[in-house]
Amino acid sequence: MAAPMLRWGCRGRRWAFARVDGGSCHRRGAPTGSTSNQIRGESSVAQQPLHTAQKTRKGEHKWAAVVGLEIHAQISSNSKLFSGSQVRFSAPPNSLVSFFDASLPGTLPVLNRRCVEAAVMTGLALNCHINKKSLFDRKHYFYADLPAGYQITQQRLPIAVNGSLIYGVCAGKKQSQVIPKTVRIKQIQLEQDSGKSLHDNLRSQTLIDLNRAVGLLEVVLEPDMSCGEEAATAVRELQLILQALGTSQANMAEGQLRVDANISVHHPGEPLGVRTEVKNLNSIRFLAKAIDYEIQRQINELENGGEILNETRSFHHKLGCTMSMRDKEGKQDYRFMPEPNLPPLVLYDATSLPAGADPQQVINIDQIRETLPELPSVTREKLVQQYGMLLEHSFTLLNEVGLLEFFQNVIKETRAEPKKVTSWVLNTFLGYLKQQNLAVSESPVTPSALAELLDLLDSRTISSSAAKQVFEELWKREGKTPGQIVSEKQLELMQDQGALEQLCHSVMEAHPQVVMDVKNRNPRAINKLIGLVRKATQSRADPVMIKEILEKKLSL
Amino acid sequence: MLGRSLREPDFETKSWLRRRMSCPPPVLKLISASPFIHYTKCRGQSLGDLDGIPIAVKDNFSTSGIETTCASNMLKGYIPPYNATVVQKLLDQGALLMGKTNLDEFAMGSGSTDGVFGPVKNPWSYSKQYREKRKQNPHSENEDSDWLITGGSSGGSAAAVSAFTCYAALGSDTGGSTRNPAAHCGLVGFKPSYGLVSRHGLIPLVNSMDVPGILTRCVDDAAIVLGALAGPDPRDSTTVHEPINKPFMLPSLADVSKLCIGIPKEYLVPELSSEVQSLWSKAADLFESEGAKVIEVSLPHTSYSIVCYHVLCTSEVASNMARFDGLQYGHRCDIDVSTEAMYAATRREGFNDVVRGRILSGNFFLLKENYENYFVKAQKVRRLIANDFVNAFNSGVDVLLTPTTLSEAVPYLEFIKEDNRTRSAQDDIFTQAVNMAGLPAVSIPVALSNQGLPIGLQFIGRAFCDQQLLTVAKWFEKQVQFPVIQLQELMDDCSAVLENEKLASVSLKQ
Repeated sequence: MAAPMLRWGCRGRRWAFARVDGGSCHRRGAPTGSTSNQIRGESSVAQQPLHTAQKTRKGEHKWAAVVGLEIHAQISSNSKLFSGSQVRFSAPPNSLVSFFDASLPGTLPVLNRRCVEAAVMTGLALNCHINKKSLFDRKHYFYADLPAGYQITQQRLPIAVNGSLIYGVCAGKKQSQVIPKTVRIKQIQLEQDSGKSLHDNLRSQTLIDLNRAVGLLEVVLEPDMSCGEEAATAVRELQLILQALGTSQANMAEGQLRVDANISVHHPGEPLGVRTEVKNLNSIRFLAKAIDYEIQRQINELENGGEILNETRSFHHKLGCTMSMRDKEGKQDYRFMPEPNLPPLVLYDATSLPAGADPQQVINIDQIRETLPELPSVTREKLVQQYGMLLEHSFTLLNEVGLLEFFQNVIKETRAEPKKVTSWVLNTFLGYLKQQNLAVSESPVTPSALAELLDLLDSRTISSSAAKQVFEELWKREGKTPGQIVSEKQLELMQDQGALEQLCHSVMEAHPQVVMDVKNRNPRAINKLIGLVRKATQSRADPVMIKEILEKKLSL
Repeated sequence: MLGRSLREPDFETKSWLRRRMSCPPPVLKLISASPFIHYTKCRGQSLGDLDGIPIAVKDNFSTSGIETTCASNMLKGYIPPYNATVVQKLLDQGALLMGKTNLDEFAMGSGSTDGVFGPVKNPWSYSKQYREKRKQNPHSENEDSDWLITGGSSGGSAAAVSAFTCYAALGSDTGGSTRNPAAHCGLVGFKPSYGLVSRHGLIPLVNSMDVPGILTRCVDDAAIVLGALAGPDPRDSTTVHEPINKPFMLPSLADVSKLCIGIPKEYLVPELSSEVQSLWSKAADLFESEGAKVIEVSLPHTSYSIVCYHVLCTSEVASNMARFDGLQYGHRCDIDVSTEAMYAATRREGFNDVVRGRILSGNFFLLKENYENYFVKAQKVRRLIANDFVNAFNSGVDVLLTPTTLSEAVPYLEFIKEDNRTRSAQDDIFTQAVNMAGLPAVSIPVALSNQGLPIGLQFIGRAFCDQQLLTVAKWFEKQVQFPVIQLQELMDDCSAVLENEKLASVSLKQ
């Protein structure tokens, strides 16, 4: 498979290319690093076809790569997984730490109901089997930001298992065709996040912030992916699902979604290779880059007669490569043990719910299923059906943060055809945004303004080229409405039938040869005439109208 | 408040003899707490059932603002910012915290000899009953070196109650740590059903077996304290939600003819002293003669209990002790070359050999390659042991009657001839299966041995039938009329000291 591009329906406009390579459109000297990009909501998936795993040179075996993911999503909840202390991003260090979070001796975990509901909801959305009984385990390791010396997780019997995630990758010559792919979900487990270590190398000290011990959903994706692009698209889809469910804000820049990738390469038909784990990938772009780099590194290593070590690596985003983290102790034995302070987590459904159970004390799976919001796949399907757009357009609408809402607001306010709206939003509007590295929320053009502009176009008040001109004016943020711009710049189409007929007449007289051609049934000739008339009107006449008049006059 | 930490090295060890009696002069009557009633009157309204009652708390329960050490270097100077739920409940009922009591380090032991503050001395060492017997003994040695252990690990709590420095004390019971010292100190030692009393704030030994224990001089007192402590705690997810009948009053059983007492045959072990054995069978006879049905039952997996307990206990210990790394609280070594070196040195300095040994074994059992062979198997055996009890109770038995310990308390010098592990294995033999099954059990003092030392017997009840168990125990207590410890001579000495030093708590005397 060729390296899939993830940017649907925007052919020839590989935004990031423009940003990274072009330079011409760098406003305010945006850094090529992705800081600004990341913060803006993970929409920029890997932009360049850097994947070379399937490239083969003559006489060489073909390599296949196998990629599995472990994704940690912070549950969005008001309090932590096992204590009542608050959860707030960027709160002062150690300001939200309960006695339990600091693991004072004698404190005990108390499970947060909201986190369990979030896990069930996510499990249902990912087609998982929800275990009616799940267990908690302790995973032991010594680390300064793990004050108890163990992490409470669900190793043996997690809350949800055996699900699947369907995502679409683009294929075809123009990357315009969406091919659905499925990755199996091994399990979803609830676990406690560790604290955060801040290493101060200058003073050789480590500072610990225990605010972070919030609930995590660990989603384990089976190694069903084969390149960075696939992994990145799958993660993006998961991110959209979590956000739609509200179970996680899933903002990678804020550490709410973190990905570890397990990667190996092998020759098809042969056993899987030794895998490495690339840890803590914190943007979708780096995820794709890191995986593709690692695949290529492993191929190179093996082709040069080397071997792959089962090791943990980190991705260095500035150098664009992965590096061994050199675990001194080799493989860790986490000495898993059941968490004795938490009884088995028992969930119910409508049939097993005990009569007279206190609703505060039980969780009903069926009830949660009823409250599931619309998932991205359904939203996309609806967009396709309702507005007749291509599937890949629906992907783009959802992938860009805020774009769907923008689109829907325009649709609400305009009389223009949905297809027209789709085209304008995805091509013109998104094109401008990308060119200037802006998020939808930063757009100078409001949905209402675009709607008004499309109305003018729809009513044939202006031509589409005039519309482009108006759009460009709108982008300058001068606070004018499309209507004002149109009248100021006199961009209205000529509506005066008589005047237009007059013009047509003079053009025909001035170009007898072309008229002859038309009469001789040269089909292109009439277009030439139309062009000439439009030119004479400074593009203010509707070509359809011109054509009608010309045809009448030439009595075709 | 009187809550001054009494755990200075010599409290339960020598202090009750010499000084630092924060409690008013000897109060030799049970329950009739005249000075405290006076105190209550001064204050106005009563706070609850325990208003003005002096209590002591084992030093592995967190007490807000009061150092809590688990008798370990590791926690020297550690002052918790919160009260354990059970401590808070006692204080809410008006109880007066007299002090924190000594124990084996992190409650690992059966003698109260292995704490950083030194061993706990058994008040019975100085009782008239024991001393008179010693005098008859021709080769009676030097008194001072011949003192007895209290048993453990809640030995400090047992000594405190036994020596009348308080009416009740909290112990903890993981394998018998409350019942064992109760038996050696002539007290009622009660281990409630697992899940009936909150563990929040109890610094854990084995979470799945730990239960706060109650040490008192009579069963009614134990029931009153249980009434104050029992009930669900939102901070401990393993407490059960069934509401508890309160107040927890025990009926006086007039007739035991409807009772069925089970005698587990596996508890008749060769190491059992003949005195204990004979008291055990006398007790069975007593029930039978009063009309109860007494039957032999079998708990076939009993013999696996100790080794199974060893695996489960050390594994949880390895895990629970992981948090003591010197970073946030407690001891920290001076080494700072690396975090790992700091961990290692801190833990080497902070824990004694017993704790370190258990951490090592526990981590061994939890290794991936050993987990199935040790931990999982031990869990299965634990289930079999628990089922043994279920089967016994299903056969119609109401309570089981067993010894609490193999023999009476032994002298310290005798006790330390064996290491902690051997002693724990021997001494927990009758008590620790109960913890595996989560059942309620109580040790009741029965009689004095030939040496003038207390011997206790244990009753084991069905899970959450704590009230029934205590009711039977109360009936038995009434029948046996265990003698009061006679410390009058010592107390007189003590009063003299107190008058000189004016150490007594002024507030109580006013």
